[in-house]
Amino acid sequence: MHLELSGLTKSFGSLVANDHIDLVIEPGEIHCLLGENGAGKSTLMNMLYGLLQPDSGEIVIDGRKVTITSPSDAIKHGIGMVHQHFMLVPVFTVAENIMLGRENTHPGGVLDRKKANALVSELSERYGFEVDPEALVEDIPVGVQQRVEIIKALTNDASVLILDEPTAVLTPAEIDELIAVMRQLKENGTSIVFITHKLKEVKAIADKITVIRRGKVVGQAEPSATEEQLAELMVGRAVDLVVDKEPAQPQDAVLQVTGLTVIDERGFTAVDNVDLEVRAGEILAVAGVQGNGQTELAEALLGLTPIAAGSIKLSGAELTGKSTRHRLDAGIGYVPEDRGHDGFVGSFTVAENLVLDLFRKAPFGNGLALNTDEIDKNAHARVEEFDIRTQGIDLTVSSLSGGNQQKVVLARELSRPLKLLVASQPTRGVDVGSIEFLHGRIVRERDQGTAVLIVSTELDEIAALADRVAVMYRGKVVGVVPADTPRDELGLMMAGASKTEAHDVAIENPTTLGTI
Amino acid sequence: MSDVTVQDTVPAAAPAAIEAPADRVRRLRVGGLMLVFALIGLGLAIFTKGGEATFQLVSGDLQNNLLGLPAQPVALLLGALGVLAAVAYVLRRVPQKYSGWLAIVLGVCFIGAFLCWAAAGKTFPLANQFQGTLNFATPLILGALAGVLCERAGVINIAIEGQFLVGAFTAAVVASTTGSAVAALIAAAVSGVLMALLLAVFSIKYLVNQVVLGVVLVVFATGITGFLFDQFLQEDAAKLNTPDVLSAVKIPGLGDIPFIGPILFNQTALVYLTYIAVAVVTFVLFQTRWGLRVRAVGEHPKAADTVGIRVKRVRYSAVLWAGVLAGLGGAFFTVGYAGSFTKEMTAGNGFIALAALIMGRWHPIGAMVAALFFGFATQLQSQLQIIQTPIPGELLLMAPYLATIIAVAGLVGRVRAPKADGEPYVTE
Repeated sequence: MHLELSGLTKSFGSLVANDHIDLVIEPGEIHCLLGENGAGKSTLMNMLYGLLQPDSGEIVIDGRKVTITSPSDAIKHGIGMVHQHFMLVPVFTVAENIMLGRENTHPGGVLDRKKANALVSELSERYGFEVDPEALVEDIPVGVQQRVEIIKALTNDASVLILDEPTAVLTPAEIDELIAVMRQLKENGTSIVFITHKLKEVKAIADKITVIRRGKVVGQAEPSATEEQLAELMVGRAVDLVVDKEPAQPQDAVLQVTGLTVIDERGFTAVDNVDLEVRAGEILAVAGVQGNGQTELAEALLGLTPIAAGSIKLSGAELTGKSTRHRLDAGIGYVPEDRGHDGFVGSFTVAENLVLDLFRKAPFGNGLALNTDEIDKNAHARVEEFDIRTQGIDLTVSSLSGGNQQKVVLARELSRPLKLLVASQPTRGVDVGSIEFLHGRIVRERDQGTAVLIVSTELDEIAALADRVAVMYRGKVVGVVPADTPRDELGLMMAGASKTEAHDVAIENPTTLGTI
Repeated sequence: MSDVTVQDTVPAAAPAAIEAPADRVRRLRVGGLMLVFALIGLGLAIFTKGGEATFQLVSGDLQNNLLGLPAQPVALLLGALGVLAAVAYVLRRVPQKYSGWLAIVLGVCFIGAFLCWAAAGKTFPLANQFQGTLNFATPLILGALAGVLCERAGVINIAIEGQFLVGAFTAAVVASTTGSAVAALIAAAVSGVLMALLLAVFSIKYLVNQVVLGVVLVVFATGITGFLFDQFLQEDAAKLNTPDVLSAVKIPGLGDIPFIGPILFNQTALVYLTYIAVAVVTFVLFQTRWGLRVRAVGEHPKAADTVGIRVKRVRYSAVLWAGVLAGLGGAFFTVGYAGSFTKEMTAGNGFIALAALIMGRWHPIGAMVAALFFGFATQLQSQLQIIQTPIPGELLLMAPYLATIIAVAGLVGRVRAPKADGEPYVTE
């Protein structure tokens, strides 16, 4: 199928999310749409899939102009989409999810489950997926859920398949399998639009690359382009992908975690007997695929989630049983994983958010009233220091971009003297320019002698920041390794292999991304 | 591709041998409550006066078909069994899967011990008790089924009470003027659908907060039926408010089964419709295309949208079909049971139906069981007033409502409502 988008434009209020975008997808090609978060990739694809209506421009399929006003139109025209956040009903079985919307029925609208199960089995066999049609979606791993999404699109006879940030939730090994599936689909003549902001992946699989920045197509690139060239095209200026940092000068242990166990509210062991140590002046990065206990570990350190067993010591002082405020006062800074939910109050101003954990004490407050002059003065200073791009300190934080919101959070946490900084996913959903800045600040904090614990699911971020890497799998720390451990080894450890196992296997079986 | 043997898939977490803190708290809380009930049951048994408790097995027959039991020994046995069940629950002596059964065992033991205590030296009309249970439960079942349909589709329906009132009113007026039971039931269903239409339009189209909207609709229904009652029905009661009550139809064969036959199968058409409704709603919801779509839009409307399902249309259809059931439930109050309409005669039953739906975990069968439980409690209270127990009547009147709160708060376990329940679906 030959798909052509020409002059597609979409604005939300004064924001032009897509500005006259032209794009041609040839049959059987893997076309990468590369761009930063918020560049307008998803908006474009949502228009193609009928979830959004373009303000102007047209979509041409095989030379015929079409209008797509709903997902069912898109499906009819052979367009399938695997969303970043899976569009699966968790309490339904795999087969129910796949038949939903185009159910095979007996007379009277009674579901023909046998036929649906057979269809799932047939497709999963053809593509080598191991998917049990009768399993509940909420019980199967994310990687398998993604396959269910792909099968869903394939059963609709999609000839163009849109994959929106499909690798975000996968281990390197799973990513490899996804790449294999994509190649197989391509051989069968399916075109694939692959949306991502990860440069390595683009180079590994793309036939053609289109780069989008601030709602506009800014260029095409060949997969042979270097990562630096791609990054520059994506960001609009030369980007330093490597964080400048001196070797760490670690001193005494600041954080000592022993035997930490956390049971989540469903009764599963989220953190399983974890021992960790972070020393002053070093960055320990906790690596792992999303959902392997890192979130709970960070929350347990801050006292946000109750622990079932174990001890947490900060500079020798026991923290278990202490309140979160006590821990903050003891010198822990915290950048939460979901900043919109836990990091700031969106409807408060930049100035207010910058003192969210400081307003109780002088000079910002005296226990009764706030000292607004001091709060404003502080805000001006922080905005300057952290290069927070805002029209003013009186604007709400929710009006800022993701990167600037994160700068507000980090600026606040770093404005107290810290012993330990815990940062979960510090650059998730943040533009490359801000990532550079945030990483630089975190390293500077380390150099001032603060112990830093980073939780990240991005291997690039781990490689950029870490002095040591602790890999978590199913709640356990499977190993603590040096920062220069090869990507493939880390990937295998993230899938549960031990340090030595991972080392041997990685040498014999290099993955696609690991060899770039 | 690598042929690495390492599992490449990552399950969320390994199962724990340790109980989650929240589960532990819940177990101790529920267990404590169970223990209190068990001890009350045992206490009643200890204070049971001697003599025989007689249970009447056929309604209206005081000579034959009586079951006499030695009151105190039986009560003590049941009381002890109840304590055993409660203790087993608190100490986690049965697998998690079966722990719910302990609550049921306790419940049955408690009620049994209570009945022995109350009926010691007297005659307790057991057949009447079950007959009345069904009477009270019928509208609750219909209302709860209506709630199940709405909430499975993602629309909270607090307005069941209002739909009841309007249905009851309409059925009474239509039955009085036309003399036709069929016309009355159809009219009640239609009036329920009209109320549902208000709920649907304001919640699905205009995105009004569904809890507030539901309450407003109840107030509206109370007001308009009250107004029309004062203005017209009072004036001309003979013509407008003297409906014939539906007559009981005995089903040949089934109606002759001893004890349960007359209770279950010598009923009005509305009760039979209720049986059918439970089966049909269960089947439709879980075995048909429409049911799958209804559940999908209640759980994850966006997912449904992306596969081409029109979310709002499915929600409309679910809410409107629910209106039929709620309207019929309302009709029971007049043409199914009491006859003429009086102001606010549904007396909060719509809210009890809502409780039944939650206690039944949004499942039609569960909702029916919960409705029967509530019906049983209500009927028991009126029976006990008749045979005169030392407990004050006012306290007994509270029993079903107390039971509702306890049941909804504790015994339902970890409740999982449809994920998108109460959330309007908005597309950009």
